[in-house]
Parts: sequence; C-alpha cells; structure tokens
Amino acid sequence: MLSLDGVSKVYQVGTFGGKELHAVSDVSFDVTDGAVVSLIGESGSGKSTIGKMILRLISISAGTILSDGVDISTLQGRALKEYYRNVQGVFQDPFSSYNPIFKADRVFKTIREEFFPQVPGSEWNNRVEGALQVVGLNPAHVLDKFPHQLSGGQLQRFLIARALLLDVRFLVADEIISMLDASTRIDVLNLLADLKSRGLSVLFITHDLSLGYYISERSVILYRGCVMEMGRTEKIYDRPLHPYTQMLMASVPRLDRKWEEAANVMKGQQSDLISGCVYYARCPVAARNGMCSRGRPALVEVEDDHFVACFHAGIGTMATARSSER
Amino acid sequence: MSLQVENLKVYYQTLGGDVKALDGATFSVADGEIMGLAGESGCGKTTLGHSLIRLTPPMRFIEGRVTLDGKELPVWDMEEMNVFRFKKISIIPQYAMNAMNPTRKIGKMTAELLESRRVNAQATWPELKRRLDLVELSHDVLNMYPIELSGGMKQRMVMVLSTLLDPSLLIADEITSALDVSSQKAVVEMLVEFRNQRCCNSVIVITHDISILYQIADSIMIMYAGQLAEKAPTETIIHAPRHPYTQLLISSLPEIGVKHDEKRLSGIPGRPPLLLDPPAGCRFRERCPVAFDACLEPPPFTEVASDHFVACWKEA
Amino acid sequence: MTEPKKKNEFLYFALRNNKLRIGLTVVFFFLVLTFVGPQFTDYTPYAYVNPMGAQPPSSEHWFGTTMFGQDVFTQFVFGLQATFLVGIVGGGLGTLIGVVVGFVAGYRGGIVDEILSTITNIVLVIPTLAILLIIAAYLEVRGVFTESIFIGCTAWPWTARAVRAQTFSLRSREFVDLARLSGMNTWKIIFQEVAPNMMSYLLLVFILQFGGAILNAATLDFIGLGPMEGISLGMMMQYAVLWGALHLGHWWWFVPPGAAIMAIVGALYVTNVGLDEVFNPKLREM
Repeated sequence: MLSLDGVSKVYQVGTFGGKELHAVSDVSFDVTDGAVVSLIGESGSGKSTIGKMILRLISISAGTILSDGVDISTLQGRALKEYYRNVQGVFQDPFSSYNPIFKADRVFKTIREEFFPQVPGSEWNNRVEGALQVVGLNPAHVLDKFPHQLSGGQLQRFLIARALLLDVRFLVADEIISMLDASTRIDVLNLLADLKSRGLSVLFITHDLSLGYYISERSVILYRGCVMEMGRTEKIYDRPLHPYTQMLMASVPRLDRKWEEAANVMKGQQSDLISGCVYYARCPVAARNGMCSRGRPALVEVEDDHFVACFHAGIGTMATARSSER
Repeated sequence: MSLQVENLKVYYQTLGGDVKALDGATFSVADGEIMGLAGESGCGKTTLGHSLIRLTPPMRFIEGRVTLDGKELPVWDMEEMNVFRFKKISIIPQYAMNAMNPTRKIGKMTAELLESRRVNAQATWPELKRRLDLVELSHDVLNMYPIELSGGMKQRMVMVLSTLLDPSLLIADEITSALDVSSQKAVVEMLVEFRNQRCCNSVIVITHDISILYQIADSIMIMYAGQLAEKAPTETIIHAPRHPYTQLLISSLPEIGVKHDEKRLSGIPGRPPLLLDPPAGCRFRERCPVAFDACLEPPPFTEVASDHFVACWKEA
Repeated sequence: MTEPKKKNEFLYFALRNNKLRIGLTVVFFFLVLTFVGPQFTDYTPYAYVNPMGAQPPSSEHWFGTTMFGQDVFTQFVFGLQATFLVGIVGGGLGTLIGVVVGFVAGYRGGIVDEILSTITNIVLVIPTLAILLIIAAYLEVRGVFTESIFIGCTAWPWTARAVRAQTFSLRSREFVDLARLSGMNTWKIIFQEVAPNMMSYLLLVFILQFGGAILNAATLDFIGLGPMEGISLGMMMQYAVLWGALHLGHWWWFVPPGAAIMAIVGALYVTNVGLDEVFNPKLREM
C-alpha cells in the first residue's frame, strides 16, 4: 500500500530563483493493494510530477510518501534498489523509453544484471518468455529486435513485462497509451486491468476521462497541482460536484451523445490569485461568492468515499479562509 | 461539388523503394461539408491531406486527378500550386504553435504573408480584425510577438490566418492531438463556427480521434493501409458501419460508462501491413475476422447506399 | 555472450558500408604514405638537389622540384607527417576539452552549467585566428607540436556547446529514467546509457576537429606563422605562392599539398557519414 500525505512540489523559477512555482500542492491519497487509481487532469495539473515523485525521479518539497509505512525519501542505496523491485514505472513515449542504439530486450538484461545476477541463463530466459506471454507477446517475434522494429504497443507491453519480471507490486503508468493507436491501446489497457488479479496496484495517470473510467476503481481529479475531487470512480463520474470536473465531463467527446451548447470553456485564463481557490479564474460559479477569492476550500467528504474541494459543493467549508485572512 | 479526388496515388521515396502511402483514393467533399479523415498512424491520412496542398519530396506524385470547384489542381507542381495555396486551399498545420516566425510581430508577419500572395494587406485588415473578434482575440495580438501568446491563443491566431482569404477547402491536420479535452472542444467548435460563418467552404479534419469527429463532422472517411476503407455520413459510420475495420475500430473505443469488468472491449489483433510491399488483394485481409476467398482481389470502393462508400467484398 | 555478437554486428555493417570504405581507404593511404614515403626518397626536405631549379615531375623527382631545386615529393611526405600530428594532437585536444566541458555542463546542469557555458561563450567569440596570430608572432620558438596545442586550445568551444546540448537532450530521455528505476548508479548510467548514444557523435566531433585543426594549421603556415623548423603542407603552399608558382605555372609545387589537404579532410567527412550509418540502426536499414 502506498500513501501520499500532504505532498507538494515547489520549483524555484525566474532569475535567481526568486519566484516559486507550485507544481503540486498538498496532495494526499492512498492506493491500496490490488487497486487501480486514476490520476486525471489537464496538462500542467501536476499529475506526472506526482508519478515521478513516487518513482523517486524527482525530490519531494513537502509532505511524505509512505510505501508500506516507510518514508520513501529516506531510502538510499540498497533500500532504494529494493524499493524499485516493488515499484516501477511505464512512461508515455514508448520510443523514448528505449535506448535507440541497443536492442529492445536489453531492458530485461539490465534488470537481470541489477537484481538477479544469480539466476542461471536458461532459467532467466524461461522467465522472460513467461512474462512476454503474460503480456500477450510472442517471444519469437519480439526478442532480438531494435526498438524501431517494434510497434508502440509492443514496446509498452515490453515494459510491463519488465515490471512483471521484477514481480512489482505497484506500477506508475504515466499516459502509457496516449501515443498508441486505437486498435491496440485497448489491449494494453485490458492488460493493465488484468494485472490487478495478480495483486498489483496501478496508478493510472491520464488526461482521458473515458480511459480512467474503464479501468479504475478510484479517481483523483487534479487542477494546477491541487486535488479538486476524488473518490469512487462511479460516484465522481455520475455526480461530478466540482465545477472543474463538470467542465471536464462536458468536454469529453463521446460517441453516445453530442456536446451541449455550453459556454466557451477557454474563457478565463489562469490567475495568480494566491489565497483563493486555484480554479477561481475559470470557475463559472465562483463570482457569486466572495469567499472563493479569499480562501482555498478544503477537501471535504460529501458522501461515502467522495471528496470535493469546493465551497459550492453542497456543504462547503472555509477551512483555510481564516488563516489566509491573518 | 467542392472537392473531387480521383484515383490519387502518392508514394514516399525511400532508399528501399517506394512506400505506397496513398494508393488510389477516390472521393469527394461537398460544399460546406466537414469531412473527418481517420485511421491508425501510417494509414496515409496525413499524406492525403498534405498531397492536396504541399506535395514535397520525399512525397512523389504517381497519378490521379484533383478538382476543386471545377478547376483541376496541379498538385504535382509546387510552383503552380502557389496560385491556389492559401487562397483556395489552406491548411492548419499539426504544430500550429510553432508555425509562426518568432522574430516578427504577428501583424507584420500577417502583412508579409498577404503581400507574398499578392494580396493587398491594407484592404484585408478590417476583415482580419473581424476574424479576431470571432475567435475572441484582442486586436493587440497584432503588435505582439508569437512568444507573448499562450498556446491556445497561438492556435486561434493560426486558424484565423489560415482562413483569412476564405479558402474553398481547409485542411486541419491533427490540430487537437496535443490538447486537453477542454481546449480540444474549444478548438473544434471554432472550426465549425468558421464553416458556419463561411470563412471557409469545406473542411477536412484529419485526426485519430473518432469521438471528436462524431461531435463536429458531417461525414467521416476511414483509411486503412494507404487506401480508403469507408466513407459515410457521421451517424452511419458511428452507428451502422459496414466495413469490418470500421466496426472493430469503433467497438474498441472506451467510453465513459464502460468498465473493463462489466464490458470488456478488445482491440484489433495484428498490425497493418508494411506499405513498401503491401500484400495483393484487400489490405485488411490478414486481420479481418470475415475474410474469404474473394478478398484475394482488391475490393472496389463502391457506393452501397446513398453517400455510403465501402471497400469490402462482403458489401459489394 | 552478447558482447562479441554486438561487435560483430557493427563490424558486419562497417565492412559493407561504401562511404566508410572509401573514406578510410583514402585516410589510410595518406597515413601509410607518411610512414613509408621517407623510404622512397634519399633527400631531406630543404636540400637543394636539382640545380635546374623548378622542373615538372620526372622519374628522378616524382613530384618535380621547387624553384630552388628542392624535391617536392620529399617535402610532401614530411609535410604529411606534420599535418597528421597537428590533426591528432590539435583535434584530439580540442575534442577532449570540448567533450569534458560539454558533458559536465550538460549532465550536472544548474550553476555548473552556467559557469561553463559562460566560459565557452567567451572563448567562442574571441577571434581564434587573431589570437593565434598574436601568440605565434610573440613566441620565440615555434614547433609543430606547440602549434597543435594552441589550435586545440582555441577550437573546443563549439564542440562543448554541441556536446552539452546532446547530453541535455539525452539526460531528459525516458530511458535514462528507466535506467534509474533499474537501480543503476549514476556512473553506470553515464557510461552504459548516455555515452554509447554519443559514441558516433564523439567520433564525428573528433573527425571534424581533426579536419579543422589541419585547415587551421594550413592557414597559419600559409600566412607565414607556422613552425620555424620542419615542413608542413601549409608551408609548402606558402613558399609556392611566395615565389610566384601560381604565375609561373609551377603547378606541381602547390597542387600536391593542396590536393592532399582536400583529400584528407574530405575523406574524413565521408568516413564520418559512413560511421553514422553504421552506428545508427535506423539509417542502416535504408
């Protein structure tokens, strides 16, 4: 089980690092064993940053990420390596994930060198072939090939097979099918869903809401580094309470119904409002209520396993308004 | 009839031989029609779009005839196409964000673009401002450098530029693929608005995202491995497709309300054939669940119902 | 078990690449000439061996003689030695400094990058030739080796910038992230993941630096600021022009050194293109 508690990422930007950019602010959620959680948001919502922090590819500015109760930022050397046996990632661009001058199956050799030097060659080859079969690849067709000789879908399955060889328990899947073709992306998605039965948890990072609905039990909706709404997937999708989630739902191109004539969602760009709700500038309901510009709404459980951070979502509270008024 | 394409073949020249990226396309786009062009990567949809406006090496014109408003387009001749390009036929490129010269103010760049096409910039200016209003861009952008605009603003600016001379045909090449759902919606709705305002007559929208086409297109054309598979009105393609490839493609799309443990979708097994040396007969044969003997011959792209064209022996 | 197999693969494609074969053959030809050439001549470069003065090529003097009756072939083969020395030392030094600076700046980033980039840019905008002129003019003793060092020390900035950009883009590629997720340590990642991607590029850089150093040396020699002793191809051309070989039609005096510089530098470029095809599996299949 992995849990994030008040995780933030702040970058120093501008000349002499005078300004701060809050890529992720105070994000908390859990991923239980064998669960698929979707992390959904537009570009710049900080969803990939969270994935990279979990994978220890970038540092955490504040808060903690606990893996089975252990703070992952304390892991060094051996312990970090052990962590990577349990937690792995697959990224968006399948071609950039491979070193172009080596054959694609080198990713297997690398983990053998690093993690299983004692396993004899024939035994290892059996394991590789077994893992490839699990991900639906024919070893004879895909081994001993350069990355450019394989398709994007095959390369992504390769990386999932790599994670299986490590017998990982947690997979960060960062937009892993957005660059694949429609005819193959659903198979990779199904594969990911099937891994659950092996007790694997998946953090599924995506901007595509229909994909999130297809495979995840729980969803986390992010906007500019803050959690806007989270909880059971069906609850969020059936009854989106945050104006941002509602806007996202209305924008999804669907095959069963056409877009309604709604107000142009591009109106209102991001603002630099420091104390208020991050969605204030784009929010259609915010103007009616002064507190939206003054305090940041806290994440409140409005029904069982359905959290919303909005003053207008039924029972809004002003958790941080007081502190910002000081 | 706005655009008519007959048996258009455009190959890519490589050291290994000709890649038959577009191998005989015959279709038409009606006046005011928004036609969606969809298919997997490498199916030839971008080649088709580009060959109508900028047929540059390594693309090589093989044969075919393209007629726009009754006039034949010399698509094989880059020089002669200058007469039509931008004025009669225009394109919104895939990376519209980077399509503008970073060292020129946008107004100046626009004027230069117009002058290079021998159009009086001064006379066009009021119309340009009207178009900026249409996409809700302030007139101040004309005095800004491209770097001062946000991604969405640049996208809108490029759309205004591409349609400034009221082209008869506008080609939108994957303009939504890099955008968030909310921006996607705004951009394609703007496209429809341009058509409604007669800023352009007909539109070809190239995309891999069929659900976007369902929202805005009048008709959808599906390509597979360099050839046309099916073309029909949007509702027909989505709800009653007749080509097995279209059927499989549409049934593989996940939608809100569909969960893997309730309704498991499946993809299309196999890969498209290599176009360097494509197999004879129907190119979908290898992956097709209903292929039979006749499929060893290439199926014709025939009209099976009014405005519904299919290239499949099961339907012919 | 896989290592020798991989090497064989490179060798297999290398041997079948025409550009590589032609380029290497030309370079190798001149290299061999440098070593065995002196065996075929009994003279020294500056010895006055032909009282007749300038004479076209003959069986006695293969490349003819200069206005002073010096044997052009002898000067040529000894000049080649100087040329290769400048290429290897000057080009090698330029590559080494450039690669180290670029690599450190690109991989470390941050303040290290800022400092190194500033230095690089300063050196880059200093007019190299002017500096070399001043240094050469003030130096008491000038030899081929010193010349090479100075050429190397002024030629590295563009290499540093190119390598920095290359490292930068490689560092942000996802396979580097993936290598970190495989528990590989930083040095292993640099040498096993990043560096191999740059091998062909580094070879390219060295080849360009090699050619550049030869041209630089030829320029210096040509305007009379070359080594004080010895002979080089550039100096041969300087003497030829100085003594009016162009006007008098003594083509055999300046054509061999000029053609050799052109052939060596040209062959290096062709080799480089060929190597790129061998190293890059994507180009290979074309």
